[in-house]
Amino acid sequence: MTGQIATANRLVDGAVVFRRADGGWGLRVEEAVVIADEAAAETLLAAAKRDAAAALVVEPYLVEVDAAGAPTSYRERIRAYGPSRAFHADVPTRHP
Amino acid sequence: MYQYDTIDQTFVQQRVAQFRDQVSRRLAGELAEDEFKPLRLLNGLYLQLHAYMLRVAIPYGVLSARQLRALAHVARRYDRGYGHFTTRQNIQFNWIKLAEAPDALADLAAVGIHGIQTSGNTIRNVTTDELAGVAPDEIEDPRPWCELIRQWSTLHPEFSFLPRKFKIAVTGSPHDRAAVRVHDIGLRMHRNPAGEVGFEVLVGGGLGRTPLIGKTIKPFLPKRDLLSYLEAVLRTYNLAGRRDNIYKARIKILVHDIGADAMAERVEAEWAQLRDGALVVADADIARLAAAFAPAPYAPRSPRSEAVEHARLTDAAFGRWLKRNVFAHKVAGYAAVKLSLKPIDGPPGDATADQMDAVADLAERYGFGEIRVSHEQNLVLPDVALDDLPALWRALDALGLATPNIGLVSDIIACPGLDYCGLATARSIPVAQHLTRRFEDIARAHDIGKLHINISGCINACGHHHVGHIGLLGVDKNGAEHYQITLGGRADEHAALGKLLGPAVPYDGVVDAVERIVETYVRLRQDGEIFVDTVKRVGPTPFKEAVYVAA
Amino acid sequence: MSLLKDGALAQDPWVAVADDAPLPEDGAPIVSLARWQRDRAALRARNGALGVRLPNAAPVAAIADDLDRLTLVALEFPKFNDGRAFSQARQLRERYRYTGELRATGQVLRDQLLFMTRCGFDAFEVAKGDPVSAWANALTDFTVFYQPTGDGRPTAAALRRAGG
Repeated sequence: MTGQIATANRLVDGAVVFRRADGGWGLRVEEAVVIADEAAAETLLAAAKRDAAAALVVEPYLVEVDAAGAPTSYRERIRAYGPSRAFHADVPTRHP
Repeated sequence: MYQYDTIDQTFVQQRVAQFRDQVSRRLAGELAEDEFKPLRLLNGLYLQLHAYMLRVAIPYGVLSARQLRALAHVARRYDRGYGHFTTRQNIQFNWIKLAEAPDALADLAAVGIHGIQTSGNTIRNVTTDELAGVAPDEIEDPRPWCELIRQWSTLHPEFSFLPRKFKIAVTGSPHDRAAVRVHDIGLRMHRNPAGEVGFEVLVGGGLGRTPLIGKTIKPFLPKRDLLSYLEAVLRTYNLAGRRDNIYKARIKILVHDIGADAMAERVEAEWAQLRDGALVVADADIARLAAAFAPAPYAPRSPRSEAVEHARLTDAAFGRWLKRNVFAHKVAGYAAVKLSLKPIDGPPGDATADQMDAVADLAERYGFGEIRVSHEQNLVLPDVALDDLPALWRALDALGLATPNIGLVSDIIACPGLDYCGLATARSIPVAQHLTRRFEDIARAHDIGKLHINISGCINACGHHHVGHIGLLGVDKNGAEHYQITLGGRADEHAALGKLLGPAVPYDGVVDAVERIVETYVRLRQDGEIFVDTVKRVGPTPFKEAVYVAA
Repeated sequence: MSLLKDGALAQDPWVAVADDAPLPEDGAPIVSLARWQRDRAALRARNGALGVRLPNAAPVAAIADDLDRLTLVALEFPKFNDGRAFSQARQLRERYRYTGELRATGQVLRDQLLFMTRCGFDAFEVAKGDPVSAWANALTDFTVFYQPTGDGRPTAAALRRAGG
């Protein structure tokens, strides 16, 4: 099965963040709460948008994930796991 | 080179203070993102995939050693230890925090650089020939005119909300190293029959979604009229450029729609009202700027260096570097040296903070403390004494900056692509890395000869793929990265747009496709013919067969 | 909407009059360009102040011959990033020497106030919200100007010439 998660960039530093079940935002895609049905996804997105209005995150949106919780699109995998290669010593990349 | 005086310094510090206030209003929630976004963009701050990206303007690609050290400092303190030099002679930092951006800009302001107008629908950083002022074929040094344009365009109150972004490039040489034919305005300095130097004005060139070559609307513009004429072009565009469709908003669409003659007439009518006004370039003003770019205190030197001759004969690696990376200088006994930011398997255009600091030191030791950024994403030391070349080469080699590949197959121009960029549809950097590994054999690369490969990760064409001899454009096909191949583009005085070869090839097939194209060229070339000339002579068919039939 | 003039919030004596509405007997009406062109003779003959609202797609030349009669020209910023009225303003002030009130209407943001002032605007219809002090401060962000416009502020180049 596939599900959806909410992602955004954190306002203060632009870091990619994922909305957790407790309403906070985590830095790892594994922390994201995965929603299976559309109605719950809309609720999740509405909550994320409230956080954007409260100047916590920027431009939240929903992302499709596979059964393992990994984003299905290439773009979102790069957002979740970093640039596809370690171009420099300090480039965070952890593609599975 | 031009140094900020107290007036410029006051201005840039006021700009930082203004932005600091805007950032604090945003962090406090007083400004919403849609209100803040245009403000941060006007200071070069984007929000990309992983973080904020800060694009810093390097005016016409000229840096002092002190400024380059400041860039190294920003890379180290506010980023992840490196920066990316772009095709527009700017530098981008990929991992900036919003809360720290004002501090980074304050540190840059202290040395007279900033991010103003590196984004937004404004007049962007004016670009020029990376060999300006030292090229032997130069008619006149374009840098004073670039600085004049820089000041005139900085926070221009009338032109800060244009229909779309606006790029101006200037060349002072007949051999165009500034790609003036693919800019919104291209300025080509030349002599009229009376022997006076002025500007040919081209408008409406550009790449992106609708690539077009610029059209001449003023064959000869006297120098004193440069700013009034630019103001007339910009005003005509600001009033008449389309604003209903972002993809049709560049000046090239206006010029294309109404025709170059009508554009010239409209500009001329506007200019008639402006030409004798406050924008006439005063002799004293341009003389002041020209003095800032006065020739360096060169020593009298022999045009032939025994040290170079000796090294060339005894060290083949030095010889290759000398042949590819060292360029003629207008002063006897000197050379301009290009530092390759295209190592095998490296991300094109990237430099680490340590490399930047080291290059700043070398610029002081082997030159007059000046560094240039080329639109091919390399660095230049413009004033190296020939006798110093062997020592400089050893130093650069130790830094990984002496790959002898300038203008060759591995000197790839590439945008950041999907690894960083929020607009991209496919990756650019890993494709470039794979290609440099495939053509790692430097003897082979030298045999292939001059060949520009340009890679863009999306239709916006930041990698200038339309004007690459081989252009690669990343596209998304059913969720997978594919690359369209164009052949025959060039950005120089013979500017041409590449033609699409056929269907896009998948990520895993693109390196093989390029290699087959290159092999086809090697098989078909005549004596001394470079890649792009062979493509022009034989047409696309043999290359199509090589890519699509053999595959 | 509030009217910002001379650095302070001001009472607005002007009334926007719809194209099909009768003109008020007294008071200062602002009419559209279309109405101005339709009723030009009658409007010109009227006593008292007159204002015209010029769309940003219209050439300034459309009212050039009437500037002696107009005491207000309103220009439009339908969105903050539609910058055509900056050019119209400079043409009115610098080419046609218009000296009446030049009013910015539409989405007028405080971060654009200095640009507008430099282009010749001297009145601003602003959304309620920001304190007046913020608008005033927006005019003092910069003391250095690189372009000669009609606003009389000395440019950096002029200061350098004066300073030797």
